[in-house]
Amino acid sequence: MKQREGRIPILTYQGIPLWRDDRVIKGVVQVVSAIIVVGFLYFFISNILTAAENRGLALGFDFLSEAAGFPIGESVFIQYDPSMSFGQAFAVGLLNTLKVSLIGVVFATLVGIIVGVARLSTNWLLRSIAGVYIEIVRNVPLLVLLFFIFFGVFQQLPDVQNSFAIGDLIFLNQRGVYMAWYLTTGSTVTWAIILAAAFILAMIAFVILGSYQVRTGRSTYPGWIALGILIGLPIIGWFILPEQPLNLDLPVLGKFNFVGGLTLTTQFTALLIGLIFYTGAFIAEIVRAGIQAVSKGQVEAAKSIGLKPMQSLRLVIFPQALRVVIPPLISQYLNLTKNSSLAIAIGYPDMFAVGRIMINQAGRAVPVFIMIMVTYLLLSLTYSVILNLYNRRIAFVER
Amino acid sequence: MESITPEVLRPIRTLGPIAWLRRNLFNNWYNVVLTFIVLGVIYKVLIGLINFLLQANWDPVTTRPVLYLVGQYPAEELWRIGLAVFIISFLFGISWGNWGDLVQTFAYLIIAGSAAAAFIPSTIISVSWPVRIFFLVNITLVFVGRAVGRSRFGKPRTILILWLISLPIVIILIYGFAQSEFMPVVLTTLWGGLMVNLLLAAIGIAASFPVGVILALGRRSSLPVLRWFCIGFIEIVRGVPLITILFMASIILPLFLPGDIRIDRLIRALIGITMFSAAYMAENIRGGLQAIPLGQYDAAKAIGLNSTLTTLLIILPQAIRLVIPAIVGQFIALFKDTTLVLIVGLLEILGVGKAILGGNPQWVTSQTEVYLFVAAAFWVFTFSLSRSSRHLEKALGVGER
Repeated sequence: MKQREGRIPILTYQGIPLWRDDRVIKGVVQVVSAIIVVGFLYFFISNILTAAENRGLALGFDFLSEAAGFPIGESVFIQYDPSMSFGQAFAVGLLNTLKVSLIGVVFATLVGIIVGVARLSTNWLLRSIAGVYIEIVRNVPLLVLLFFIFFGVFQQLPDVQNSFAIGDLIFLNQRGVYMAWYLTTGSTVTWAIILAAAFILAMIAFVILGSYQVRTGRSTYPGWIALGILIGLPIIGWFILPEQPLNLDLPVLGKFNFVGGLTLTTQFTALLIGLIFYTGAFIAEIVRAGIQAVSKGQVEAAKSIGLKPMQSLRLVIFPQALRVVIPPLISQYLNLTKNSSLAIAIGYPDMFAVGRIMINQAGRAVPVFIMIMVTYLLLSLTYSVILNLYNRRIAFVER
Repeated sequence: MESITPEVLRPIRTLGPIAWLRRNLFNNWYNVVLTFIVLGVIYKVLIGLINFLLQANWDPVTTRPVLYLVGQYPAEELWRIGLAVFIISFLFGISWGNWGDLVQTFAYLIIAGSAAAAFIPSTIISVSWPVRIFFLVNITLVFVGRAVGRSRFGKPRTILILWLISLPIVIILIYGFAQSEFMPVVLTTLWGGLMVNLLLAAIGIAASFPVGVILALGRRSSLPVLRWFCIGFIEIVRGVPLITILFMASIILPLFLPGDIRIDRLIRALIGITMFSAAYMAENIRGGLQAIPLGQYDAAKAIGLNSTLTTLLIILPQAIRLVIPAIVGQFIALFKDTTLVLIVGLLEILGVGKAILGGNPQWVTSQTEVYLFVAAAFWVFTFSLSRSSRHLEKALGVGER
């Protein structure tokens, strides 16, 4: 810095010394941090490359087309057998992860809403029971819960011959859960079209009648009429069609095992139940907080304009609570998806468990790990994109 | 919006038992129905529970209590863990005397646990006399600590420093010294049980704190290299499950290191846990940083502090105070997550239960009891933690401004 001329030498401005100059500090920190980051990466990558040379550690992804050679307990969409490739085995694992996550998300939301609303019930007993459930489940690790459900409950079930039965519909035993399911017939497709048409018609009726009611003030009962269409049309279709569109398929005890119906493995069921009840408890707290976040004045205002309790819940409380509820809810969905990786502890073949076997079978720890991490990151990214879209939408509505 | 003026207290009205029932259970027809349905469910569950408890065989738990607590730690060295427990109990006593409500739950937990161990009938769990006396001394220590905490020696700053130095002391006590007759090294392969869960969670949260602070500051930094590195680290770690991080630390990390470096299995798990926890810690602290009003920065500038000093002296202390409850919540979650190290082969309490069942086929029908016990053990800890976290939020006045 140039020394400036002044009349009184004592007050001469010396300039900022280098070590206190913000720009200099920032530049130095920038360079140092860059060197540290690059240095770390260089250290790790050079090590892995030497390890690859010395210990014959392969890094390529070419093994994905080789035959996997190991069995996988269950699969959806892909009929897997060990002669298929590693890539297909990984896809089976991914589909299993998606299957348990998607079903889990739906049911966890249901459990969460029911328990969250029950937590605020005017009924003391119901309120307390909901509280006890939340406090028990939230304070126990998910892995312990899964062990308890899988080893402590499912493995202790009776054998096939002495299955625990709920009517003729559901049978529980050590091997799995056998449920009544449906069989498709020749008329199923036609009936599905009728169902879809009924849904669309009901929506149209609801909107038109609703707007008519708002315009004229005359009661047109849009909800009842829409419900009637939604239920009535499919019922009529059911009886008019030449064949019954769906047949009930009951599980029947055969010589060695149950035949017919829907079979769920104990691994899948235990994981699903664990994820549902664990995440459900967290969602319940989110729902409760969301409902409580709606200010009392809103509820009182709804009452004062003559809305019934259900109406005020549907038209006033829920839309406002939703804004508070949705963001943490989506992060719970993400948690559930990530937590499904605990499947490996009870033997459900999700993506992580299949990846783990692939590491042993193919000896490619690094590539398989990259695949697993990238897939989970993509799943997280999907959730955060949904969250951002939602946030943008409600930001629009906000005043 | 909460009102600023304190609420006027309503006159306290007591209800008779019948009026209470009327109001809370039978106030309209659907509540009557609900009450009976819930009563039916409770009845069913209670009957099932009683039936289970009558037939339950607790042998896998009661015959091996030491395994669940400390794993295969050699019996002749157990006094070291006892000493560590004394230190912790004494510190909890001091904190109880000084901070009151905040740590009260833990003090009660230590007292109740010690009393249970000291007075449990030998027919249930055989506990030797020295051990019973040890637990009685432990209870006394809590009260002695409480008295010290209330005296003029108990100052919050002193207590915090004592806590900070206690962690390394406890670890050294448990690990021991190389070439020492008196306190030989106990390899981490012999560590196990609840001790490992507690150690992993405590060290994990302590180690992830500085890393989290650096990551949080880095993420808000104006320097692009630093910022993008921090964002990348935080988002990648938060986007994948803990198990993948643990596996990476225990399987992939050794590949990334030169061939002659071997890291202990427990340390590898700890590295994974710390990385994972640091990413979440960084986001918590960032939340605190964002809550600091801009006026604080201006004021710091006005009194002539540069950006480093502003951050260290003005911003961070306030931000950290704001996020203490969130950090306690993270500690609870981390404590629960320590069970996952079982998947990379460490014998924490759940792993001990599994190993005991695996080694004793005669107990194959008692798996329910074992996992119920482990669940109960976790529940006691995490429930008291979340209780005291509520006291903490009140004491700090977070969310009330």
